Amino acid sequence: MSDKLKLSDLNSILKDLDVESLEGVTIEGDIELDIQGGGGMNPAMAYALGHEAAQISLHVANIARMLGYPVDQLFAQCLGAGGETAALQAEPAIEELLQAKFDVARSSEWNTPIQEVTLGATSADGGSRGHTITLGGEKAMPFYFDAEMPNRNYVTMDVFDMPISMAKSVKSNYEDVMGDPAEWAKKVVNEYNADMVTIHLISTDPLINDTPAKEAAKVVEDVLQAVDVPIVIGGSGNPQKDPEVLEKAAEVAEGERALLASASLNLDYERVAKAATDYGHAVLSWTQLEINAQKELNRKLMKQCNVPRDSIVMDPTTAALGYGLDYAYSNMERIRLSALMGDDELNFPMSSGTTNAWGARESWMKESPLKEDSDWGPREYRGPIWEIVTGLALALAGNDMFMMMHPTSVQVLKEITQTLYGNIEAKNPDITNWITAEV
Amino acid sequence: MKINSPLDAYKYLPGTNCGRCGEDTCMAFASHLIDRSKSGEDCLPMVEEDKYAKKLEELEKLLAPEIREVTIGTGEKSVTIGGDDVLFRHKLTFFNKTAYAYDVTDTMDEKELEERINTIQTFKKFYVGEFLNLDMVAVRCVSGKPDTFASTVKKVIGLTELPLVLCSFDPAVLKAALEVAADKKPLMYAANQENWKEVAGLAKEYEVPVTLFAPNDLDLLKSMAKTFAELGIEDLVLDPGTFPTGRELKTTFENFLKIRRAGIDGDGEIAYPIMAVPLTAWMAYDDDVSASYWETVVASVLTVKYGDIMIMHSIEPYALLPEMHLRDTIYTDPRKPVTVDPGVWEVGSPTADSPIIVTTNFALTYYTVESDISSNKIDCYIVVADTEGIGVEAAVAGGQLTADKIKKTLENAKFDLKEKTNYNTVILPGLSARLQGDVEDKVGSRVLIGSADSGRLPGWLEKNWPPQDK
Ligand code: B12
Ligand code: SF4
Repeated sequence: MSDKLKLSDLNSILKDLDVESLEGVTIEGDIELDIQGGGGMNPAMAYALGHEAAQISLHVANIARMLGYPVDQLFAQCLGAGGETAALQAEPAIEELLQAKFDVARSSEWNTPIQEVTLGATSADGGSRGHTITLGGEKAMPFYFDAEMPNRNYVTMDVFDMPISMAKSVKSNYEDVMGDPAEWAKKVVNEYNADMVTIHLISTDPLINDTPAKEAAKVVEDVLQAVDVPIVIGGSGNPQKDPEVLEKAAEVAEGERALLASASLNLDYERVAKAATDYGHAVLSWTQLEINAQKELNRKLMKQCNVPRDSIVMDPTTAALGYGLDYAYSNMERIRLSALMGDDELNFPMSSGTTNAWGARESWMKESPLKEDSDWGPREYRGPIWEIVTGLALALAGNDMFMMMHPTSVQVLKEITQTLYGNIEAKNPDITNWITAEV
Repeated sequence: MKINSPLDAYKYLPGTNCGRCGEDTCMAFASHLIDRSKSGEDCLPMVEEDKYAKKLEELEKLLAPEIREVTIGTGEKSVTIGGDDVLFRHKLTFFNKTAYAYDVTDTMDEKELEERINTIQTFKKFYVGEFLNLDMVAVRCVSGKPDTFASTVKKVIGLTELPLVLCSFDPAVLKAALEVAADKKPLMYAANQENWKEVAGLAKEYEVPVTLFAPNDLDLLKSMAKTFAELGIEDLVLDPGTFPTGRELKTTFENFLKIRRAGIDGDGEIAYPIMAVPLTAWMAYDDDVSASYWETVVASVLTVKYGDIMIMHSIEPYALLPEMHLRDTIYTDPRKPVTVDPGVWEVGSPTADSPIIVTTNFALTYYTVESDISSNKIDCYIVVADTEGIGVEAAVAGGQLTADKIKKTLENAKFDLKEKTNYNTVILPGLSARLQGDVEDKVGSRVLIGSADSGRLPGWLEKNWPPQDK
């Protein structure tokens, strides 16, 4: 068998096959179609005929291939291509972009808004705050396009009732006010733009100064005098002492609608809840990175202690970036998703102890203790960004209120959360040619 | 993935329970297909026997992740992006952590280029048993000249094995660079409304992945993606534009959400990895610290929500450290246990005079302590108590770290302090000081209380070890 398929062979195959529609067509030389039967053929006709001929020759080629002819090679040669069958199929040349319309559905699962909780009371409501703050109300995940976010995020800055040890770059901002909680509170509100103030009564801890509850309550009065923003009142974290401390503090702050921090499962939450309901405050329901514990505590606060729904804020616990933020993030995200889908035991605004970020060694250590690590750079810049990124991740998980410490962190976190909230106007650079930007 | 229960996958398997995949049953294997810890090819009978070929093909189609995977670069340092199947990490896990590229330009002098690239490729931070690193270099054409750009790209290739992003909107520039770099499989950046035809031609000719850039125009982005796919170019990355500030940044964030939701929900025409360019923060801020901070902030937002690859400028440690840790946070597999085996382990080559330190089996605690010690070349024994994966402070509070636990750990390891050591002394973490008396009683050894943070342990040992009186 010859290794080339001559055109005459093709012709004879065609003849043998008795292909009717090819009658009157002979194929000669270099694939030239000589159409007999008179000139003056109209182009459409010629096209149709050519098309048919091509179809048939493909068909025939397949048969030839079956017979063992190296048809592909032949075709490739004829068409002047490099020996690939692909050459038979021309590339789809696309001259215009194919039309497409982008479309995405809004979530249909998020059908329950988060409970709104208002903190602070103005004179109209029997308090003395200059304004109130409302948390919650979301109908979608934070900053999502599915539904407008009704309230922005708020930052409450930490104030302590005694000097405490803290990272150097934080401490340098507070050295002048360390011994005076009222001045400290003024500073964070007036200079650092805090939305709220948290007064931590840590000196009440029996292992620290064991300050009597009554005395600690005086500090709360001082802070209420010094600033007119809504306040959070925190105990020392001592489960035996905290209920008593919070009771006394709640009493002196009656009518101001403060947030009592905290009720938790490992202390007498009933007393804390009662202090809140008796004196018109809200209560922070604090659990440790455990969604079921959070449900349990919220349920107890509502059912057993009769705390109204509009007076519960949750703290599901904040672990710092690099030290368990993965747990904290997903814990909050799961809580918020469940809430939006209708879980009424989780349907409350959330608060984060973002200050925990300062526990991460990356935020405060002068340099890495590991010789293999690259240089960590100046801690003055490392610390605040650690606090920012910790808080920001949680903002994206659904957190509403941030307890924070460093003024730079507060400023930047507020800037980014309010940007995503849609509150910040800015003139953007032209990014269409960012590649050549001088930076 | 188009299926979500092991039963759905099981239907396609041979059902012989032959065990060659390492699982006892096909059903067990099926559940690993669904959690994506195994892939169809791990069932060898399916690969080897023709009669299963069709089933395997069907199965792999069903198991393919919703978001297309795209690989950039070659060899060990290559990065794969995309591949996600869920919108929230707790629903499964996110796959292929965000690839971080840092920029260089073709107008940098040789020395600057070399220094920057060195920082990018050597930067490392120890974390939970391994090092966090950076992934890529983005080369920007600022000169506008094809030759200049190509020669810079060539230099960069000489300096690093990291995969590259080649950035220019000029097809001539891109072509010149691909001539020298195509075999490294760089990511081309970018096709836009004007140049897409030529760039598509280049992507085909050089067989490299390509980014599509349509700032705040999702219709255009989708239409480009559709067109490229039609042309047979499917290694695509989508850049909907990163506007650095104000309402446009909000819109940018929403665009990322929309693209990813559409992709996961099954709109295959837009189911590709997404690129962010936080570098644009440098166009909005003048001073370096503000720009760097804001860049980190924008990168953080878009790392948490769906950015698969991003180009940044700051290589200051205070930008890199939080960025690397945040992406680790988001991409850590929430299903993975975070414990190490309890027992008594050696660090270095301890002798009878070496310190014995106690810690927990929470992976984060263990690796932090272990690396603090080993990197300072301290030889010692670490007694890792089984605290059920809880760190020191929480384990003391929760009762998982107790004198009994420590005693049991030593006993199980047949580690007799009096026999194997000269001082009969253990060192407890500073945060577990309150266990001191108990441990002394139960273990019958002397107990020292170490520093609160193990980073301070080397300094602490210098002062306190060996114990003064025997
Ligand atoms: C994450 C976390 C959890 C997680 C734990 C996850 C886990 N796998 O460990 C969960 C949610 C489970 C949890 C639960 C609880 N937690 Co918790 N938790 C934290 C948190 C946020 C971070 C702890 C952490 O991971 N640190 C990082 C690791 C690496 O640190 P580490 O193990 O201590 O190791 C360091 C040092 O100890 C030292 N070190 C370690 N080994 C050694 C050895 C030697 C020789 C030396 C010298 C040093 C040393 O160096 C290490 C590196 O710095 C802290 C708050 C904070 N500090 O930020 C609270 C915290 C530890 N928890 C606390 C409490 C009270 C609890 C609970 C009891 C709460 C409750 N009522 O349910 C439960 C207990 C649960 C249990 N044990 O079963 C308290 C402890 C208070 C106290 N001092 O007693 C803290 C401080 C929060 C607080 N302010 O109240 N918690
Ligand atoms: S190798 Fe395949 S056939 Fe054999 S047990 Fe595993 S899944 Fe079943």
